[in-house]
Amino acid sequence: MTALFYICATVAVLAALNVIVQRTPVYSALSLIVVLCSLAVVYLLLGAEFMAVIQVIVYAGAIMVLFVLVIMLLNAGREVPSHRSRLAHWVGAPLVAAFLIEVLIVVWRQFPAATTSPAPALDAGPTAIGHLLFRNYVLPFEVTSILILVAVLGAVVLAKKEF
Amino acid sequence: MVPLSHYLALSVILFVLGAAGFVIRRNIVTIFMCIELMLNAANLAFVAFSRHLGNLDGQIFAFFVIVVAAAEAAVGLAIIIAIYRNRGSLNIEDVDSMKL
Repeated sequence: MTALFYICATVAVLAALNVIVQRTPVYSALSLIVVLCSLAVVYLLLGAEFMAVIQVIVYAGAIMVLFVLVIMLLNAGREVPSHRSRLAHWVGAPLVAAFLIEVLIVVWRQFPAATTSPAPALDAGPTAIGHLLFRNYVLPFEVTSILILVAVLGAVVLAKKEF
Repeated sequence: MVPLSHYLALSVILFVLGAAGFVIRRNIVTIFMCIELMLNAANLAFVAFSRHLGNLDGQIFAFFVIVVAAAEAAVGLAIIIAIYRNRGSLNIEDVDSMKL
């Protein structure tokens, strides 16, 4: 169990690094799928089975297919470095590293390494999630359905030919 | 037993890598994928805290984040298609007409 987490975490971090290092968008998209799948395994280890399944079906399935489709449709090739992108490298990388160290220090202060989660995992199957979703969170759920409807209409209007 | 801080550290590292890609990359599609990476990092923190506190609400939040990410991907990719049709380029530096 513990070893599996560290394997998945290493795979996720390396694949995420590959997402931002690759210049060709298709390679980034495929690496992102690896990140999403290893996160699904981490969710399983956390006892969140429903989230793991949703992660694979909706994220790695639907959303990433949309990404790869758009990359293929627009024939997105290798990006060429410019003067400003080099500037972003030299200024952005140190700032991001400083941010990483800062947040990690905060996490370590707030949650020392000894803090482990309580041993019995709570039931996070579809039944428990569904009960919570349709009882306590029924209003956000309905609002989300309107959001999805608006997003579908917006996508159709924005991607129309004459615009 | 993996301590909570290790889950949070993984979440922070993924978020920072997403932020780094957002700054470094010039291709609009890749920048959009970096945003997805950051959303996933936030999701991981939600689920880890849900497990830590013994409360399912965090997973419901992560579920809503996934739904909003799906809507965002649909609209965002449609905008990218519209940009490509009007500018003929996916480079973010070519989309600067609102810059002073």
